[in-house]
Amino acid sequence: MNFEFSDEQRQLHDAVERYLSEQYGFDRFKAIKGSAAGWDPAVWRDLAELGVLAITVPAAQGGLGFGPLETLAMMGDCGRSLLLEPVLSSAVIATAVLRAFADETPAAELLAAMATGEKIAVLAHFESGARYESQWVSTRARRTGESYRLDGHKAVVMHAGAADTLLVSARTAQETGDAQGVSLFLVPRAAPGVVLDAYPTVDGQRAADVYLQGVEVPAGSRLGLEGAALNPIEAALDIGLAALCADAVGVMQALVDATVEYVRQRQQFGHPIGRFQVLQHRIADMLVHLEQARSMSYLAALRCNDKDIGARRRALSAAKAVIGQAGRFVGQQSLQLHGGMGMTDELKVSHWFKRLTAAQLMFGDSDVHLQRYAELTRGC
Amino acid sequence: MRLEFTDEEQAFRKEVRCFLREQLSTDISDKVLNGYELGREEHLLWQRRLHERGWGGMGWPVEFGGPGWNSVQQYIFEEESALAGGPRLIPFGTKMVAPVIMAFGTAAQQQRYLPKISAGEEWWCQGYSEPGAGSDLASLKTRAVRDGDHYVVDGQKTWNTLGQYADWIFCLVRTDAQAKQQAGITFLLINMKSAGITVRPIVLLDGGHEVNEIWFENVRVPIENRIGEENRGWTYAKFLLGHERTGIAGIGIAKRELARLKRIAAQERQHGRPLIEDPLFAAQIAQVEIDLWALEITNLRVLAAERRSPAAGPEASILKIRGTEIHQSISELLMRAVGPYALPFRREAMEAGWQFDPTREPPGPRYAATLAASYFNQRKLSIFGGTNEIQKNIISKMIVGL
Ligand SMILES: Cc1cc2nc3c(=O)[nH]c(=O)nc-3n(C[C@H](O)[C@H](O)[C@H](O)COP(=O)(O)OP(=O)(O)OC[C@H]3O[C@@H](n4cnc5c(N)ncnc54)[C@H](O)[C@@H]3O)c2cc1C
Repeated sequence: MNFEFSDEQRQLHDAVERYLSEQYGFDRFKAIKGSAAGWDPAVWRDLAELGVLAITVPAAQGGLGFGPLETLAMMGDCGRSLLLEPVLSSAVIATAVLRAFADETPAAELLAAMATGEKIAVLAHFESGARYESQWVSTRARRTGESYRLDGHKAVVMHAGAADTLLVSARTAQETGDAQGVSLFLVPRAAPGVVLDAYPTVDGQRAADVYLQGVEVPAGSRLGLEGAALNPIEAALDIGLAALCADAVGVMQALVDATVEYVRQRQQFGHPIGRFQVLQHRIADMLVHLEQARSMSYLAALRCNDKDIGARRRALSAAKAVIGQAGRFVGQQSLQLHGGMGMTDELKVSHWFKRLTAAQLMFGDSDVHLQRYAELTRGC
Repeated sequence: MRLEFTDEEQAFRKEVRCFLREQLSTDISDKVLNGYELGREEHLLWQRRLHERGWGGMGWPVEFGGPGWNSVQQYIFEEESALAGGPRLIPFGTKMVAPVIMAFGTAAQQQRYLPKISAGEEWWCQGYSEPGAGSDLASLKTRAVRDGDHYVVDGQKTWNTLGQYADWIFCLVRTDAQAKQQAGITFLLINMKSAGITVRPIVLLDGGHEVNEIWFENVRVPIENRIGEENRGWTYAKFLLGHERTGIAGIGIAKRELARLKRIAAQERQHGRPLIEDPLFAAQIAQVEIDLWALEITNLRVLAAERRSPAAGPEASILKIRGTEIHQSISELLMRAVGPYALPFRREAMEAGWQFDPTREPPGPRYAATLAASYFNQRKLSIFGGTNEIQKNIISKMIVGL
């Protein structure tokens, strides 16, 4: 048993932390958030230079070949800095999807271009009726000769607007709700028939609903076997979930730090409000939640690659349930303890709060995972 | 003991319903029922409708032009109005400054201000809080110095709700820096058009502009705008704080939002089934509904007690804490009910006057567009009007005696 990061992991963390704390302050965040694209290519180039975009790309494609622990080591910094660039969507999730098909040329080439920051890819999987069910795919891919024709609607695809390539899941067989029959396609975002309805999300990131209207792609842009894509997609989503947990823990830490600082300096009734015992206890509760959440973010990172799918999903659902509950408490109480100031757009606190809220809404909230956990452990 | 309202009260409820059916337009009620903001004119229009009916001075005695309702009638009105999608009544005029003017103002002040409040001709805002004086309101620093028959006011107020719409502001100012904190405070009515007043917007976390900073620089306020005596303002302010109890829990609004939650949960699908059939989600709706029921009965007990002897007491704190917790829970469940479709955030979709464009489908269901923003916004409920921590201090001191 050992919960220390290795030297290599620590170096990665230090480099990312240094870069973000020097280059990605609150003002930069606000400027990027307010820009038309909602992300900054210059930051993306810097992240590529730091190796962040290559962390989980295999060495054969020019990457660093690292795994979830290295991702864990740097995701907390992304959360704390409110990073808007698509690290989670492209460098973690899409990369994990493509890794499963790295022996096929199109995936390998894309991975190599993603490692250098040249290309961005995102997974377009969930659909409007799906809520958080990954097998709920009704987008269709119909084969005609040497091409497929895609029709459907993908909901709230994070960073779709920034992507060069969309990894689109579509049904080649079976019906909505079946685990079988889902295939995966590389679709250029600029392909005819791909329509994006893009918008900011509650925490200032960007997303889009993606409409596929008779999109033609060559048969060679299908990844893997026909109808067998759901497993690798779910595996990648689980890796993404672990990374999202780490991001959320970084945000919670930032909120606890900011709130401790605030109750030290804010004076009411002739004292710092941190003197009131009720607030001391509240902060103690926040800290308890934070540490529980941190533990579960470690568990998630350690188990998200587990070959035993049952064990993997149990751990991830447990982690997401705890982190959702902790995030809710820490976020709400940070606002409360800041009084009116916590409600303002001016303070970073409200932005961290919104990022935690968004994390709760992604990949299933704590209730969804509580239920999933109950199903997975029934009879155990 | 009985739970039912009296026959007269039930008849009154019918009358209110009838009024709402006739006078509340659907463009307003649609916005309210779907969580959109209303603008100044929409609020004032509604106030004028009430006024025409003789209900503009809600809760005022007949001698001041009010309908002379008791607190049960006010409660019934607010419940019915909320359920029908009536605008939330902006409290600063009718419910806050008016009772103070009635209790402590001169006859001239009563004649000058009250009719215009009732008629929806003048908008009031509240100027209590300052950057350094929130929970510890008595530490306020805005100064008023006598100069002939004027006060000269200097300082800064903050968090002024809808101050951008206001014609008048009622303020607590310091007139005696030497006296003990509460003793040197005066209650002034200040015209927002006075020279030397600057209003600056504060943007909240939902992107909305509902609060402001207000700066006073050598603002001259005639002596006749003072309520009561100099240095006795704290007493009047405390009277005001204890005055409003009937509506503080917001039972009607909570019932309306709960009904909306159920409607949305019936439309949302999970595993192809309505979300409302999900046992865990259904249990949470049940929990909040039961909590609300308990609060409703608590509120009715307070009302019934008041009918016998009208004395404001610290029970208001119970209603405030529980009411805000329930509103916040409902807003959170509403957001979670739509799952990923709570994520898209288009500020323009929440603005007053925003018209849904039927040629363009929003991402996800239309009802989802405002839910995250209102969850964010509702966090204010446990902060303003005395934070919930302060309310608990009041309960433990005043009710329990610790
Ligand atoms: C949306 C909004 C609208 C508002 N509208 C108005 C308005 O129209 N007019 C107006 O005058 N004001 C208004 N307010 C101000 C509001 O009344 C204050 O925000 C509130 O009184 C709290 O003060 P504060 O923000 O300075 O927080 P603080 O008093 O600094 O409190 C910070 C934290 O410390 C806690 N705390 C403070 N003292 C104690 C204690 N003794 N024991 C335990 N905990 C304590 C608080 O509970 C809170 O959690 C509004 C506020 C908001 C957010």
